[in-house]
Amino acid sequence: MKYEEIVHRCFRCGYCKFTSDYNDFNCPSYRKFYFESYAPGGRMWLIRAWLNDEIKNSDHLQEILFSCATCANCVEHCVFTFSEDLVNIFIAAREEMVNKGIIPPPVRDYLKNINISGNPYKEPAEERGKWAEGSAIQPYNNQEYLFYIGCVGSYDERAKKIARAVGNLLIQAGVSIGILGARELCDGNEVRTLGEMGLFQYLAEQNTSLFKELGVKKIITLDPHAFNAFKKDYPGLEGEIEIYHYTQILAPLLQSKKIPLKEYRATITYHDPCYLGRHNGEYEAPRTILASIPGVELVEMDQNGENAFCCGGGGGNFFTDILGGGNDSPNRIRARQALDTGAQIIAIACPQCAKMLDDAVKIEELEDKLEVLDVAEIISRALS
Amino acid sequence: MSDIRLSLAEIVGEDCVSNREEEAYFYARDPGLMPAHKPDYVVVPKTTEEIQKIVRFASKEKIPIVPMGAGMALTGLIIPLKGGIVIDMKRMNKILEVNEKGRYVIVEGGTSHGALKSCLEKNYPRLRHSLPDAPPAATIAANVMIHGQGRLTQQYGFNSDMVTGLEIVLPSGEICKIGSCSISKGWFSKGAPLPDLSGLFLGWFGATGIITKVAIKLYPKKKMRDVDIFITDNENLVPDMIFEITHTEMAEDVLIFTQPLPMMFKDNHHVSYYITGDTDEEIEFKRKTIWKSLECFIKSKDGGFMSVPPVMKPTLLEMPQRSASRLADVKRGGGFEYSGPIVLVEKYPECSRKLVELSGKYDLAYSGMVRIIDRGHSMMFAFAFAFNRANSDMMDRTRNAFQEISDYVLKIGGVYWKATVDEQRLAIERMDPNTRNLMKMIKNNLDPNGIMNPGNWEVN
Repeated sequence: MKYEEIVHRCFRCGYCKFTSDYNDFNCPSYRKFYFESYAPGGRMWLIRAWLNDEIKNSDHLQEILFSCATCANCVEHCVFTFSEDLVNIFIAAREEMVNKGIIPPPVRDYLKNINISGNPYKEPAEERGKWAEGSAIQPYNNQEYLFYIGCVGSYDERAKKIARAVGNLLIQAGVSIGILGARELCDGNEVRTLGEMGLFQYLAEQNTSLFKELGVKKIITLDPHAFNAFKKDYPGLEGEIEIYHYTQILAPLLQSKKIPLKEYRATITYHDPCYLGRHNGEYEAPRTILASIPGVELVEMDQNGENAFCCGGGGGNFFTDILGGGNDSPNRIRARQALDTGAQIIAIACPQCAKMLDDAVKIEELEDKLEVLDVAEIISRALS
Repeated sequence: MSDIRLSLAEIVGEDCVSNREEEAYFYARDPGLMPAHKPDYVVVPKTTEEIQKIVRFASKEKIPIVPMGAGMALTGLIIPLKGGIVIDMKRMNKILEVNEKGRYVIVEGGTSHGALKSCLEKNYPRLRHSLPDAPPAATIAANVMIHGQGRLTQQYGFNSDMVTGLEIVLPSGEICKIGSCSISKGWFSKGAPLPDLSGLFLGWFGATGIITKVAIKLYPKKKMRDVDIFITDNENLVPDMIFEITHTEMAEDVLIFTQPLPMMFKDNHHVSYYITGDTDEEIEFKRKTIWKSLECFIKSKDGGFMSVPPVMKPTLLEMPQRSASRLADVKRGGGFEYSGPIVLVEKYPECSRKLVELSGKYDLAYSGMVRIIDRGHSMMFAFAFAFNRANSDMMDRTRNAFQEISDYVLKIGGVYWKATVDEQRLAIERMDPNTRNLMKMIKNNLDPNGIMNPGNWEVN
């Protein structure tokens, strides 16, 4: 297994599961299950035991490994020099399981659907761009930016609204964008985090050659997961194509008042998506956008920025739902944390987080107190 | 066996009990060197009532029970030596009450030191507690249960001395309150002026009951904190230096470290003391007073102050010390362990020589770390060795070194801290027979079925 030479170096001291001020445990799977086996240290010791044949690949071991949300809280807080590799180690262990073909059924189904249909929803490719119908958003044809949506934004009803809000806002701000529509392929971020490296490599190659064929020079992604894949895991792409998350484009436009806004009075708390925040260090752009709206009071959850608590959707869990269900599912914990701030709106910048938190607000019966809105949807409400 | 699982699931809920191989593997061991032994079940209860029910059930079925905090003692105290049920306490993590003026806090039995530190910093900036150098996951209850030490131990004694009340689930399943809380709403004293019953539980490693609530003293937190280091290459003078520093009553924590690397540290003994104050004047007064107390060693050319590099200061001042955990990666192998006997400060010279001797004999990377306890009434001398978990020969050599330390500790009149089961046996053998009999009476009366962390403090 990749990283095998590191696995025994974990002391299981537990720094990895905390926030930096030790206020609370911040590992979503540990918070959900509360057995040490679900914490990063537990995973490290169990992976080693598995590699040493001290334990077998079982349904439960699979659940332990695939419940990791790859949120990188452990990477942020582990005290050892190998901290950077923690999530990579967990992904490598998943890869071992995938290669042996012994994985949880929802993971298998997800990967199979991507392989067969090109998306996890088993929808035809022709449906991909339907969300943009009736809007001013045009197919990509040498515009300055390719607006890349990803599977969730293309097919999920809630996320499609976010895609529309972001696309319309970019056009209104005079940003030249075009979408791939039916030609768009899955970015593969979750395929990689679920350990199917062959499929990921295929998707990366297909996407890269399509971008090159179309002469794409700049990409704006809707989804931080795609942003992460393009920026960090597509070999050579970052040097050739400029990659942005949409908040990074909107923030300077709003700061320079190129998008005129009226007053919109609301108390808002911002939830950092792990693949925008911890994985890529972008904490400020979404906050800059929100702070530029007259009348908005931005309040922070205790666990924010590099200490943000994951919604539980990362690492493929959005699709496999291994972390879902029960009072301690991460999205419900996060919704309660948001409620504690007194905010009326949880602002998000990721379609997966939006869906996760939307569900949580409903289950917690907080609909009359909390609204989950994408940053772009909030801006839309404040447009003059 | 499945009946037992079912019964436990009825108490804590289906998701909070496991008899699966993966949990059994993890909870069978701690990060130290003691042999693993699997539990039959692991439970993660959320309430005292659930713990009561588990204990009553286990008592009826005569199933061993092992309460567990973060499992960081490193000496195997949470390894279920006779199987049974491991109760992971960390879901019981509420901070129940901070009495600001009374300077005490009541927490649940699984509350971590990290969470309390964070709570106090945020809400009570003028209060602090004695934070150990263990990782922040270490629980307050387990720490007092093993007579842990912390940053205020030099001033106020063992962390267990700072307990002001306990709620215990007895082996019978009954709840028992210890201290002022047994007759008052105030949790301000664990004993005085009543008979102090806390000794029936503190130091017993869970062999007499499970702490479900604990109150500890809080102390004034000054605005500023600094550290100075006095170095000598003459270990024989260290006890005198400690005597002088503690005489001033100006120091917060006093530690001594000795290690072979970097090379400029080799053969030196670094007496590091911490000073706190609300003003620059207070800090300077304390600093000067301590400097003056050590002047004679400078004059005799036996020591001097180390200029602490700015890059080193944050590490020294950090609480808890992440660098302590990093020792585990010195050999790039995820392991370190220490034996930390409690001994008289006058034993420092021979302990430090023994540490170097063992390091050479067993070819191990060493680090010696001392914490002065209660103004020099004793010290904890940590013989610490890093090892590589993937190198079985190195692990064996480390084990052998610790075995030698176990014999050595008794020879120099020391007492084991968080003793391994072997050390507990040695201590019991060495113990005054009447003391042993008293322990036996206590254990047999409180835990007649012998279900509480069996294997530990086996006086029978």
